[in-house]
Amino acid sequence: MTAAPKISLKNVSKSFGDKHVLNNLSLDVREGESLVVIGGSGTGKSVMLKCILGLLEPESGEIYIDGQQVLGLPRAEREKSLLKTGMLFQYAALFDSLPVWENVAFGLMQAHGMKRPEARDIAIEKLSLVGLGSEMAGKSPADLSMGMQKRVGLARAIATNPEIIFFDEPTTGLDPIMGDVIDNLIRDCTKRLGASTLTISHDMESAQKIADRIALIYKGSVVWVGQADQIEDSGNPYVEQFVKGDIEGPIELDILKP
Amino acid sequence: MELNFLAAIGRVTLRFMGAVGHLTLFTIQAVRNIFLPPFYMRLFLRQLMSIGYYSLPVVGLTALFTGMVLALQIYVGSSRFNAESAVATIVVIGLTRELAPVLSGLMVAGRVGAAIAAEIGTMRVTEQIDALVTLSTNPFRYLVTPRVLAGVITLPMLVLVGDIVGVAGGYLVATESLGFNPSSYIKNTFDFLEARDVISGLIKASVFGFIVTLMGCYHGFNSTGGAQGVGRATTNAVVSSFILILVSDYFLTVLLLD
Repeated sequence: MTAAPKISLKNVSKSFGDKHVLNNLSLDVREGESLVVIGGSGTGKSVMLKCILGLLEPESGEIYIDGQQVLGLPRAEREKSLLKTGMLFQYAALFDSLPVWENVAFGLMQAHGMKRPEARDIAIEKLSLVGLGSEMAGKSPADLSMGMQKRVGLARAIATNPEIIFFDEPTTGLDPIMGDVIDNLIRDCTKRLGASTLTISHDMESAQKIADRIALIYKGSVVWVGQADQIEDSGNPYVEQFVKGDIEGPIELDILKP
Repeated sequence: MELNFLAAIGRVTLRFMGAVGHLTLFTIQAVRNIFLPPFYMRLFLRQLMSIGYYSLPVVGLTALFTGMVLALQIYVGSSRFNAESAVATIVVIGLTRELAPVLSGLMVAGRVGAAIAAEIGTMRVTEQIDALVTLSTNPFRYLVTPRVLAGVITLPMLVLVGDIVGVAGGYLVATESLGFNPSSYIKNTFDFLEARDVISGLIKASVFGFIVTLMGCYHGFNSTGGAQGVGRATTNAVVSSFILILVSDYFLTVLLLD
């Protein structure tokens, strides 16, 4: 008997006006696995993530976190279900009115009610896990480079030792070396925590580095899911076109051809 | 042609009613959340400083020069029918009932309302508000409640200071340039001043404090479209605060007249 998925989406649909962004999307994230969702811009990856996190409400479908249907839950219950999750945003989304350590310790203090001195110690410990020294703790996020902000964002995402971590385009805006550093940190930190992770990305190299399984989204639906090491010879025309970066293929681009 | 005209009116009306409904729900939520835990004392105290203490110079200067000008203008008018002795009474009643609350409200709207809209608007477009949600923190209680509560409490205090400074400004002009006797000016100031003159001004100030902070939060919270959207939110927060302060001032005056 297989274990229940950590996250399960069943026939989730979401539209903005007459634009159908998610179209009966179904996807499972298994316990302890790293699932990377790839797909072109505007295919619904971010919208899917926002629906799971409760930032957007889908029109139909079901979303389960640890077997609990989270759609339609009262706000307080939804907030409680998010206690077991962490999230690294595309551009880190650090609170610029707070110093680095308070950003990292935010969830510990606000949602878990931890006292400031204890939370500060944990924040410094988490910062060291992402390769940042304690001298960074008092700095303002505005003084950091994008690579450092992402590392602080990662420290914030893992600060409460969550069971599930979401990563939104973790390597976007970074040079290849820093992108590699972030990928390694994500892999090491999540393995250490034993967390299940859902990453959305269009960076194939990064996806292959951090994924156990990869799913490809096209026009709001999953068109392929498989093991990360199978992606090169998936036999799926959508995956082949996306991996090779070909213009010709079943994936239609929203651009005018010359 | 006529149908097009009617359709345009219908569209504008629907849009207007939609905005009114949206604002009403936001207002209800703002008031409701004041009485619901958790209460962020640290943030509330920070807002007391930001809205109250740092607005003292601008409110004080406005009140000082308003009191001075008022004494001059009323002297010119009242001397036409030999009623110069009314200058002190009119200055104090004009300031406490009307000018100190309205002008302080407008000045704080320009200073604080704009800053609130810009700060929350930036948090919206940089996903910081989404980050609050993922950290199991209700962004409404974290961002809106402390600001609205601080606005309601601090604006009456500012107006009280404005009353005193404005009366002092009138006293200075009356005694130094217009030749009034200092002790009889002070006597005339307090002889006809009633507690309800001051209290009605403070009630107005509290309502204006609510309007200014609510408009800043509302427009910031709902800003879209990057830097341009934040700029638009800031402008809308100030303009709508100005209009609502002036309109509500009339109705509050009617309500508090007796």
